[in-house]
Amino acid sequence: MIFALVGNQNCGKTTLFNCLTGANQRVGNFPGVTVEQKVGVIKGTKDCSVVDLPGIYSIRPYSNEEIITRDFILNEKPDGIINILDATNIERNLYLTLQLLELRIPTVVVLNMMDEVRGNGGTINIKKMSERLGVPVVPISAAKNEGISELVDQIIHVAKNKIKPKVTDFCAYGPVHRCIHAVTHLIADHADACGISARFAAIKLIEGDAYYAEKLRLNKNELEMIEHSVIEMENEEGLDRNAALANMRYSFIEAVCAETVVKGRESKERLRSIKIDNVLTNKYLALPIFLSVMFLIFWLTFNVIGGFLSDRLSEGIEIMIGLADKALDNYGINPVVHSLVIDGVLTGVGNVLSFLPIIVTLFFFLSILEDTGYMARVAFVMDKLLRKIGLSGKSFVPMLIGFGCSVPAFMSTRTLTSERDRKLTILLVPYMSCSAKIPIYAVFSAAFFPEHRAMVMIGLYLIGIVLGIGFALVMKHTIFQGKPIPFVMELPNYRMPSPRSVLLLMWEKAKDFIERAFTIIFLATIVIWFLQKFDIRLNEVSDSADSILAHIGRLLAPIFTPLGFGDWRAATALICGFSAKEAVVSTLSVLLDINAGQMGEGLSQMFTPLAAFSFLLFTLLYTPCMAAVATIRRELNSGVKTFAVVIMQCFIAWLVAFVFYQIGSLFV
Amino acid sequence: MTLNKLPIGKKAIITKVGGEGALRLRLLDMGLIPKTRVSVRKIAPLGDPIEIDIRGYELTLRIEDAKNIEVKCIDE
Repeated sequence: MIFALVGNQNCGKTTLFNCLTGANQRVGNFPGVTVEQKVGVIKGTKDCSVVDLPGIYSIRPYSNEEIITRDFILNEKPDGIINILDATNIERNLYLTLQLLELRIPTVVVLNMMDEVRGNGGTINIKKMSERLGVPVVPISAAKNEGISELVDQIIHVAKNKIKPKVTDFCAYGPVHRCIHAVTHLIADHADACGISARFAAIKLIEGDAYYAEKLRLNKNELEMIEHSVIEMENEEGLDRNAALANMRYSFIEAVCAETVVKGRESKERLRSIKIDNVLTNKYLALPIFLSVMFLIFWLTFNVIGGFLSDRLSEGIEIMIGLADKALDNYGINPVVHSLVIDGVLTGVGNVLSFLPIIVTLFFFLSILEDTGYMARVAFVMDKLLRKIGLSGKSFVPMLIGFGCSVPAFMSTRTLTSERDRKLTILLVPYMSCSAKIPIYAVFSAAFFPEHRAMVMIGLYLIGIVLGIGFALVMKHTIFQGKPIPFVMELPNYRMPSPRSVLLLMWEKAKDFIERAFTIIFLATIVIWFLQKFDIRLNEVSDSADSILAHIGRLLAPIFTPLGFGDWRAATALICGFSAKEAVVSTLSVLLDINAGQMGEGLSQMFTPLAAFSFLLFTLLYTPCMAAVATIRRELNSGVKTFAVVIMQCFIAWLVAFVFYQIGSLFV
Repeated sequence: MTLNKLPIGKKAIITKVGGEGALRLRLLDMGLIPKTRVSVRKIAPLGDPIEIDIRGYELTLRIEDAKNIEVKCIDE
């Protein structure tokens, strides 16, 4: 049996999902659903899986998340719906419940955070609420793992016996009631034929949802009759159709709550949140605090914890490589195979794996920011700035992470609820110069601009940001025109994050990254190794200038001539930069046949200062490393789009460096 | 008066939810419907958006969108 887990955002849905499934989670692909959903087998059962659907407030076809949920329920026909509610905010949470009940699918309503309600002296009459809603109601506390087994028993019971919600009518007698019943009656046969609940379809038709008019194959006459009764209702009710329906639902909810909910004193969690907010979103303190928090996370991730672990991991990998090296030598294996294993596979994958601790550490902090509710405040504080480039406040954090490493930045766009914002953010992240490019800037600025090193560094970062803003503005008025999703966002109470959720998220991100390291990145590493190792007649090269890679570098070099660096070695270094940005410097030192200490001298023979800066501009903007590209591919879920992104990035990099060099040449 | 003009902390009742399309529906879904009590809790540090208190929870919306919501102050 398959159950759908549905609920508002911030109601503890993911916590419940983790409670239900433990680590038995996988990413499932469902036909007709564009975004991957997490599926897991419920602990203690054999054949019951639960699907974690996006957090939504209503079933309307206006946001991607709502469409995913609707399509999943209507097309996949789950055996049951687990509807989770935040009991501390029950009125608004019940709004979605009423819409779900109209679907006439076996449902269990789950009141989460009951411990908080009780802690504040409130009570909810579960039996009475269950009667009024016509479905089982189960009180739980997902964070404390209470009430879960009863919930599992109930959902299996209703699903097995196909017990549909008993109450079908949420409308008090009046114009809305008459209208809904007239339309329901009119379309009942069509709805039955399609296997959709007639009341649900009727309400969708009253709302003016064209999808259902088509799906039910209504004729012109029927549509006119529906329109007629809706207009009559609007006139009598004095509200338009959407407001009238929302009003009908909230009136029912208010009546149910009046009978079943005894509100306690003002919730202490809420009072605490207000106090915290007085500081964290304070007019003067909000920005400094936010920047300090991000600085602290960066510092801890890249310098202290993540950096330390990364270094240890690299050392460990190096020792492993050393051991493998010796073992293969002793065995007397063919030198080409030896090089493939040591220089290609182990070194390449090892390089990428050393990112892992940074990713895990960064996600540790990010999931804490997200789960505590601070991320919503960041969006609240930063929204005004980001709106100017067509995004909302939520995109700020991924872009900031981009300065550290693009890979986790792309991965963190998952928290954005709008697909449009997510894609635009993914396109913008590479403009935030990642930390792996620092060695390139350092070597070049030391060689060419020793007096102005800091200036060059800061300048490059600023150029990246400015171009990013320009790029976003162009995108906003072209490809990403459409209306952004309205920024109407709940600010949830601050809560302690659950260690289980934090750990599971870290595990999930780590697994995701390792999977990629051993598939696409593994392949790319071998290809680059091959190109470096052999000449075009497939003989092993002794001088790296004869390799296939060097040939490709020579072929591509003319493209870079108008940018001021037509030297094949520069082109080759840029190609190697695709495997990891650090490789640009190491490749140049190999090809110039000098050690890193004397880079300056060698480089000044290859580049003029103007060309050097042009080269830096190109490095800043061209496609990020393959780990990043593989992540873009994963997040956009399209090879073609990813390829287009890479081409576009290279083209923009070329154009900017070209314009800079050509204009610069006029003055120098 | 529209919601964006409501002074911080002052209680009011929603009289009309204007606007159109997805935004208006989202507002209705979140429980901003006529006759509901509402108050403004704070304004973001940069002057926009605002945070409101409705049906016992906090919601943030942009000033531009708050202009579509008409409210009437209530005296206590």
